Amino acid sequence: MNDTLRKILAPTLFIVGILAVWEWAVWYHQLPDYRMASPSDLIPRYIRFWDLFLIKSWETLWRTVAGLSLAVVFGTLVGMIMGFSRFAREGLYPILVGFNAIPKATVVPIVALMFVGQHDFNTILIAFIISFFPIAVSVSIGLSTLEPEYRDILRSLGASNVTIFWKIALPKTLPEFFGALKVAVTLAFIGTNLMEIVSPHGRGLGDLFDSGRINADYPLMFAVLFALAALGILLFYFVVFLERIFAGWAERSPG
Amino acid sequence: MTNSSYMIELRDVTHAYKTKAGPLPVLDRLDMAVPENSFCAVVGPSGCGKSTLTRLVSGLMRPNTGEVWLHGKKVTSPRPTVGMAFQNPVLLEWRTILQNILLPMEIVKSPMSKAQATERAHHLLDLVGLTGFAEKRPSELSGGMRQRASLCRSIIHKPDVLILDEPFGALDAFTREDLWCTMHDLRREEPFTCLLITHDLRESVFLADQVVVMSGRPAHAQFVLDVDLPGPRTLDDLYGPRAVSMLATLRHQIQVAQGRATEGDAPADDHTERTRAQA
Repeated sequence: MNDTLRKILAPTLFIVGILAVWEWAVWYHQLPDYRMASPSDLIPRYIRFWDLFLIKSWETLWRTVAGLSLAVVFGTLVGMIMGFSRFAREGLYPILVGFNAIPKATVVPIVALMFVGQHDFNTILIAFIISFFPIAVSVSIGLSTLEPEYRDILRSLGASNVTIFWKIALPKTLPEFFGALKVAVTLAFIGTNLMEIVSPHGRGLGDLFDSGRINADYPLMFAVLFALAALGILLFYFVVFLERIFAGWAERSPG
Repeated sequence: MTNSSYMIELRDVTHAYKTKAGPLPVLDRLDMAVPENSFCAVVGPSGCGKSTLTRLVSGLMRPNTGEVWLHGKKVTSPRPTVGMAFQNPVLLEWRTILQNILLPMEIVKSPMSKAQATERAHHLLDLVGLTGFAEKRPSELSGGMRQRASLCRSIIHKPDVLILDEPFGALDAFTREDLWCTMHDLRREEPFTCLLITHDLRESVFLADQVVVMSGRPAHAQFVLDVDLPGPRTLDDLYGPRAVSMLATLRHQIQVAQGRATEGDAPADDHTERTRAQA
């Protein structure tokens, strides 16, 4: 089968198949839509609230991307510090692990109180906090496991540490970095939505979800879940696209 | 107080690593001298500090006491007149072979222009038998081909001294012999001083002008063998009586270094008189 054709056809087939089974199951068990909405229930919601979906998606998306970008900048920075200094690594690691172990749902109300009314800032902050960890860890591991020969090959010519970082350490860490970024993308979405739902402030898809709950519009809640999934896929494949450009060399060609 | 007749000179070098169990002495009053444009191989029991030696000569490390001299200058830091190749070819996977070979040119100030360097890279690729692989990625090359590319990279900037730390150690026997011949080709093309660390006695005899046997840890130069095989050498020379007797001498010296034989019971052969033991 043609490669590009398969890449489009395979997911399409699977999505259609799953939706069909779902539709059939709801119909077969005669479930009311407050117990389980069927895919066909969702379409009217998208048609009716299409403008809301667009606005709220955009609010969720830009805040997620902002939080993720912060996580990339600070995660890489902290990862670099931990990767190059054993002292910093041993000092920071337990703190990072402990911080990551705190359920973020408990952080949301605290952050919401700390910065009352700063809704965009709060949301970005949670997205940042939740997606920061894998990036910092992967960059630090990537740098600290750099084989000494790689360093020596440049050091023996008199290259500075900065040169070694740009020419060898950074590019060599890129595959790990992108691996972590793919995890971080979905985590950042979780962060944004946590804030939008746990501390409602009328913005983002989380708000639309909440109004579905309040108005007992169950199909709307399902419709929001699908919109979130679509955004997640969008951002994930954007990262994959970047990975192809910057770390495509790490991909083994088949055969 | 320079001695320009030697390219590499180690004077009374002692070095110890710090470990949890206290200092681990690796080199003990090591003296060594390699004349310009000659090839020196260093053999010895494993863990005797051979790799430490390469790090000292390249300036990556400084000895606790003693001095390392390179081209009449005391070594205090890495210098661009040195080329290095390791057992692991360490090619950068995200670069093409050509870009990998040109890597040192990005660090070292060289009178060569970029075009000249590229031309030289292609020429070296031809010499080592990698014609047409310039635009390939390292992942597309076999282990022996990668090591060839690594050799090209180590001499692209025309270093005075090439330091080889077991570059052929991980290769299969045939590829290794192939690369030995490549080394001779390269040195015929442009002479440079070479310091080779190896475990392979045949390799040391085939490639070197002098073979230094290091003692067990902490190591000093236990024995120096002058290899007097006439050039150009061929692999067949390794099976001639001269080479065989030299190999026997070296094998015996290694056993002495390992503490499994004493100086006294040297193999009886006509070669011993042409060698000199260092005090």
